Amino acid sequence: MLHHVINILIHLALLLAMPPLLPGVINKTKAFFAGRKGPPLLQPYFDIFKLLRKGMVISSTTTWIFQAAPVVTLAATLLAGLLIPFGPFAAPIHFTGDLILFVYLFGLGRFFTTSAALDTGSSFEGMGAAREVTFACLSEAAVLLGLLVLVRLSGSFSLTPMLLAPLAHRPEAPVLLAAAGLFIVLLAENSRIPVDDPNTHLELTMIHEVMVLDNSGPLLGLIHYGAAMKLFVLSDLVLHLLVPFHIGVPAADWVLFIAEMLAMAGVIGVVESFMARLQLRHVPTLLAAASLLCGFGFVLMVR
Amino acid sequence: MEISLTLLALALIAISGVPGLAAHPRAAWGQTTATMLTLFGSVLGLIAGFMTLVTGHVSMAWLPGIWPGLPLQFRMDALSAFFTVLIFLMAGAGSVYGQGYWRQSEHPTTGRKLRFLYGLLVASMVLVTLAHDALSFLLAWEIMALTSFVLIATEDHKPECQQAAWVYFVATHIGTLALFAMFALLHDASGTFLLVPVPPTTALSLETAIFLLALFGFGLKAGIMPLHFWLPGAHANAPSHISALLSGVLLKVGIYGLLRILTLLPDPPAGWGVLILILGTISAVLGVLFAIGQHDIKRLLAYHSIENIGIILMGLGVAMIGISIHRPVWVVLGIAGCLLHVWNHGLFKSLLFFSAGSVVHAGGTRDIDSLGGLAQRMPWSAGLFMIGAIAICGLPPLNGFISELLVYLGLLRSAATATAGGWAAVALGAVALAVVGALAVACFVKVFGAVFLGLGRTPAAAGTHESPVAMTAPMVVLAAMCATIGIVPLLVIVPLGHAAAAWAGNGAVAAGVAGALPWGMLTMISAGFAVALVILGIALRIAKRDATATTIPTWACGYNSPSSRMQYTAASFAQLLVGLSRWVLRPVTHGKQPQQLFAETVQRNTHVPDFVTDRAGFKAWNQFKQWLMPARRVQQGSVQQYLLYMLLALFLLLASLIPVQAILTHVMGR
Repeated sequence: MLHHVINILIHLALLLAMPPLLPGVINKTKAFFAGRKGPPLLQPYFDIFKLLRKGMVISSTTTWIFQAAPVVTLAATLLAGLLIPFGPFAAPIHFTGDLILFVYLFGLGRFFTTSAALDTGSSFEGMGAAREVTFACLSEAAVLLGLLVLVRLSGSFSLTPMLLAPLAHRPEAPVLLAAAGLFIVLLAENSRIPVDDPNTHLELTMIHEVMVLDNSGPLLGLIHYGAAMKLFVLSDLVLHLLVPFHIGVPAADWVLFIAEMLAMAGVIGVVESFMARLQLRHVPTLLAAASLLCGFGFVLMVR
Repeated sequence: MEISLTLLALALIAISGVPGLAAHPRAAWGQTTATMLTLFGSVLGLIAGFMTLVTGHVSMAWLPGIWPGLPLQFRMDALSAFFTVLIFLMAGAGSVYGQGYWRQSEHPTTGRKLRFLYGLLVASMVLVTLAHDALSFLLAWEIMALTSFVLIATEDHKPECQQAAWVYFVATHIGTLALFAMFALLHDASGTFLLVPVPPTTALSLETAIFLLALFGFGLKAGIMPLHFWLPGAHANAPSHISALLSGVLLKVGIYGLLRILTLLPDPPAGWGVLILILGTISAVLGVLFAIGQHDIKRLLAYHSIENIGIILMGLGVAMIGISIHRPVWVVLGIAGCLLHVWNHGLFKSLLFFSAGSVVHAGGTRDIDSLGGLAQRMPWSAGLFMIGAIAICGLPPLNGFISELLVYLGLLRSAATATAGGWAAVALGAVALAVVGALAVACFVKVFGAVFLGLGRTPAAAGTHESPVAMTAPMVVLAAMCATIGIVPLLVIVPLGHAAAAWAGNGAVAAGVAGALPWGMLTMISAGFAVALVILGIALRIAKRDATATTIPTWACGYNSPSSRMQYTAASFAQLLVGLSRWVLRPVTHGKQPQQLFAETVQRNTHVPDFVTDRAGFKAWNQFKQWLMPARRVQQGSVQQYLLYMLLALFLLLASLIPVQAILTHVMGR
């Protein structure tokens, strides 16, 4: 009983504290490959704390939705983070059907983020919102197909047994296919290269960054924090498929989990260093490929 | 007992518009009386309905019919009650809403007629759900079709309204024709006009014929793709509280019909369920795709009704496959999802039509791209529309999520090896449902953003005002119910269980529903979510306390006075998705693209025509008219000719009295 409570507390602590570390690692990796020194590893933390203390500039066009959106999105991401297991430990909340809640919580976040973007009445932000909702339609299919593989593998409809199922099996082709598909979704949903470039704001090719153009101060801080948490949660999803190993000693497993997470951020950094951003019109093809990978995995499972 | 109370309630509502017929065209008392009577009837009906739903009790009644010795029979079980509750609730809400939306003083010519027919329509819908024999069913069905036809044509001075009403009229009667045939076959099978299960010895071919006719007839009413062609026009052109009733309730009566006929056909082959699942998936995906391409807010909502009917059918399909291949869990999840989505869609779609009505009432247009920024001046309507939008997208923590979760779980069952056998392909329905959900978010962000957020695009949009309390109050009630079912889904277990058990004819289903979802857990999660929201909100407030918040116009790359013309329009918002799905939407563009630098002013617009009505429907209709031209010779419109017909008919009738056979034998015998 006690070790359950401790695991839940560690889960919560990692979920709250660790996310901004991932963009730090990604940036450090990118700097390494570019031959630069790069910003400090903890720069995302500094940025968020700085933003939380700063003043705000709010557009006179906006309504309460503009200010509510970052809060709702962060709360939804946080809840999603409680539904998914970290390492070999069960998630704090798990029940039959939680995989749908997991997927739909991100939908709720998307509804508010894109609505807030339209709330400013700016064409940039409208453009970003349109792209966000369009690409989400394609990645949603890939996510569900990927999860179907796990449903098939585990015979269960809850994320904890589903994601822990690969532990009991050797890494098989369907799981690896689903992992590849979900990795593409991870990049797309977190607006990483090759779908989106998190470093530029005003290119007309932008998706996520352009939607939050009018946010500043604490609101922007919440948005950055929420984005990092989303990256963290979705990375965890892919990790379960990619490296289904555990040691068996709780403390060691937690350390392994943290190491895996940092390695994942490193991998994303490597991808970003070696790839250019795709043309916007090719993004749907990439996401369709993700669906095909996951779908093929499912076909292999049921054959 | 329950059924008598229901009949009393529906009688009250049926006559609610009658006193007002005697009122002066501008007097308000007729409308107040009608609303009071409707509300009273609704409350009685709701009491009776919930009594049935809580106890699962079956009650019967009969009324003397139009034919001696052939009484109209009625029967009310939990399945009927599940639908009457929805009808009564919406009837009351719509009637109060009409008090502000279709005020007698503003509509002196149509108001009285509208309320008279409104009462009749509501009463006939209740009667359909109670009917226990073919005659009363068809009678109520036909009253329902005719009253709704006249209601759609309320503003018949507009040509598009006339056209929509005629298309509806033709469609509904084609459907009724199929139902006549279906009831005839049903009589063949069971030997009675009562709606009782056919004997197990019935040939499968006969049962399949009955099923297909029911699917066609009720599918036309429910708006299953591709039988939906009458729906977008009819729902867009009716007054908004009528649209709410048509979309939220009338479509469900079609679903009720299908459900009821299915209870009469035990042991369906698996193919039926597969057919319904496929039709449901097609309706859901195409419904939402076509919705994204629309510019008219009410037309858009109408396409979303097709999408939701699709989701309802997906649940039903899973349940039927479950019956065929003996998977009780599939039956429970499928039918529970199907039925709960019937309620939920009724709630949030009526809410959305009501708030769309507020927009039309205030802004004077249904064109999404002519509106904008209404949330500033209509905060209530905007907030309530948003609640409806979140609910219809199936997002937590509102009611749409609960019913979609049930349907999802039903579909996902087939993916798990242990329970499925070779049915894993059914799980692909879950993928389709996820895409539908994401598309619905795209579509509702588009409408909500373009209509309520940003800057007003026209002077009319900039001069809007909040709706009167008569209009916002029913919306608040509906929104509160959406939230209640979403946050405390525990409350629906008993009614849902009894209705599902009545459909499946199996008491174990009610217990299955109670265990289908972690109902209590969902409430705790919603509570946790609310706590997280409050904490984060307070944190933000504290962070903001010391900070100075400056208000300036939206940043426009240094340009200091951005105007509404620089906003992203709904059409541009949807363009990417319409472009990606142009293989099925086939959008039509008029006007040319600006060519060189410093181009002259050009006009360019894109719209997505309906693939049945606009592409094939009218062509086929004109062809059909050509074929029928010769028949016009008997229909010249001259009184003399009709008198001649009557005379001939009389002669023929009299001639039938001549004992030909007797005379013949007499002559022959001689």
